[in-house]
Amino acid sequence: MPTATNPNRVGVIRIQVALIGCNHRTAPVELRERIAFTSQQALQAADELKERGILEEAVVVSTCNRSELYGVPGDFAPSTAEAMEEYFTSFHKIPYDQLKGRFYRWAGPDAVRHLFRVAAGLDSMLLGEAEILGQLRTAYNQALDHGATGPVLNRIFQGALEVGKRVRSETEVGARPMSVALAGVKLAERVFGNLKGHSALILGAGAVAEQVVEHMRNRGIGNLRVVNRSFDRAAELAQRVGGEAVAWESLEAVLGVPDVIVTSVSATGPVLTRELLERAIAARSGKPVFVVDLGVPRNVAESAVGLYNLYLYNIDDLGEIVAQNKKARESEVPRAEAIIAEHIDKFESWRGALEAGSIVNDLREQFHQHREMVIREKLKEMDDVTPQERDRIARITEELIERLLEEPQQKLQHGRGMRGRLAGLEAIRHLFGLEDRKK
Amino acid sequence: MPNHLGYLSLALYVASFICYARNLSVPNIWVGRGASVLLAGGILVQYLSLYQRSLALHTVPYDDLYGSMSLFAWLLGITYLGLELFHRQRSVGAFVTLLLVCWITLLGLLTPRSLPVPSVPRGAIFAFHVTLNTWAYAAFALSFVLSVIYLVQDRVLRSRRLSVAFWRFPALDVLESMARSSVYVGLVALIFGVAMGLIWEHRLRGSYSFGDPKVIVTLAILAVYAAYLLLSRNANWRGARAALLCAMNFLIVLFSYTFVNLYLTKFHRFL
Repeated sequence: MPTATNPNRVGVIRIQVALIGCNHRTAPVELRERIAFTSQQALQAADELKERGILEEAVVVSTCNRSELYGVPGDFAPSTAEAMEEYFTSFHKIPYDQLKGRFYRWAGPDAVRHLFRVAAGLDSMLLGEAEILGQLRTAYNQALDHGATGPVLNRIFQGALEVGKRVRSETEVGARPMSVALAGVKLAERVFGNLKGHSALILGAGAVAEQVVEHMRNRGIGNLRVVNRSFDRAAELAQRVGGEAVAWESLEAVLGVPDVIVTSVSATGPVLTRELLERAIAARSGKPVFVVDLGVPRNVAESAVGLYNLYLYNIDDLGEIVAQNKKARESEVPRAEAIIAEHIDKFESWRGALEAGSIVNDLREQFHQHREMVIREKLKEMDDVTPQERDRIARITEELIERLLEEPQQKLQHGRGMRGRLAGLEAIRHLFGLEDRKK
Repeated sequence: MPNHLGYLSLALYVASFICYARNLSVPNIWVGRGASVLLAGGILVQYLSLYQRSLALHTVPYDDLYGSMSLFAWLLGITYLGLELFHRQRSVGAFVTLLLVCWITLLGLLTPRSLPVPSVPRGAIFAFHVTLNTWAYAAFALSFVLSVIYLVQDRVLRSRRLSVAFWRFPALDVLESMARSSVYVGLVALIFGVAMGLIWEHRLRGSYSFGDPKVIVTLAILAVYAAYLLLSRNANWRGARAALLCAMNFLIVLFSYTFVNLYLTKFHRFL
């Protein structure tokens, strides 16, 4: 039977997975940026790890928050994790001492669990963030197309992508906005639905306001105007975000157009007074306006609160929403972990079944070799046995082997309790010396 | 006389409600689709139930209050499913199916022990008249549910105390648009329903009974919903005020459907 790790070799299948890596918890950004892999480098590293016999399958996952090497070790490779770490440091030409203690290592089901947690966004800096799933998919697809993966990593990465998808669709881990900018945009969507085709006005040129614009742009917001006391700065921002700069003096003239207003002006008093907003809403035939006030002191007059069809959120409101959402996401982690556990069980079942099949085949081969040897030796001493009787003896002993193997095969492949089955596999390997034999 | 099909349709509506509620708390495309399929199944089975009743009565199955309420629930389900497909929005399904379940359970309590005495067959125009008017009421009921959700959403947005469910509901724009669609369906059905009624009455009596309280209230319903459609585009009314108006309009529909039918009118009274 071919092995899972090398289809051309016959022998006992032992599926092992190894992982080493650094992430935002173990290494600061100055170090992480030095150990990042470009997509080309990731493929090169996978090739070299295979060529050197360290790994038989390899995938490199490299994002701004992590650089990780996933692999299936070559048979009997001594201390795979050390070899992977050494390769990692030599690849980036960083002295090992600088990274010592920064690496984490996982093997077997723990490595699979780590990958599944990464896919679910549970290991991310921002709990439940969605980008990681796309990054994992890209890293895996590139490795797959390059031929760097095999049956084991294919199984694990496909499982990870499924876990990521399920966690996001079946739990709230990634459901609610976790940044002030995104919270503002998501709230605007609660009023207008899809932001496509809607218009926005940016008042001032603060960093958070720019993030809000970025999120709105990603959602296909239509007309975008930028107003700033300094027209040059407005023009600069407008050019950067693909909008139109408007002079400060024309603020009132354009205030009746946008559905969303994001304001972050440095001013001692309110820039948008109740009267100004009232006129703006009237100018747009009473259509609702969503205002995100990021200014401190606030840019929108307190008296504007309660204006009909004005939805107003200031920086504290948004901050509170983000804090609530963070708690809500954290409370969903156990549900995400349950999905991960379910998929780890699936993987372990697959591994157990594959290994059980291969062990029984190997035992069968071993028993047949013994059988042939014994028959040959014993029949030498028995001159009166006819060729027909020799054939019968051969058939009977073959049947005996099959009957003896039938029950263990059933129990290994379909028995209750995966842990028990895997322990059984280990015991059989040990009792029948299958590893020694293979060596 | 509830039949097995009636119980089966109720079971399907309950299952659909569970799926819609589940989809609202933890969105899942397959659970959502399951909810829609179960609702469609409930509608189909309820149709068969109404058909069975019709065969037993040898006339339209809604001559009495029970039959009329049953038809109302069926048309509410159909109208909602149509809007769901049109607006691609499932998040209010839980509320509509809950209303359906409550309505049909209430119907079970009102169930007569025996079938009513079959009335004299009154022809297809009468059947269309009653069906279209009931459809209009069902559509107005739906617009009521949507408007109430709008008002709650609007209040939550203004209070800035966002609950877990807040992020799952449709946007205000979508709710408003669904409510308007529903009112359009109701108005068109009501206009045609009234027209059919007038034609049928003229054939029967050679005159029109504009003085009948049911006719007067129905014309008032037409007027208030037409006003909603106009005002919901007006600068001072669009938004929460229009939603409130739409919700209040439904009180007149309820009045017409219950009090007027049971006590005021002679011509439109249930058997």
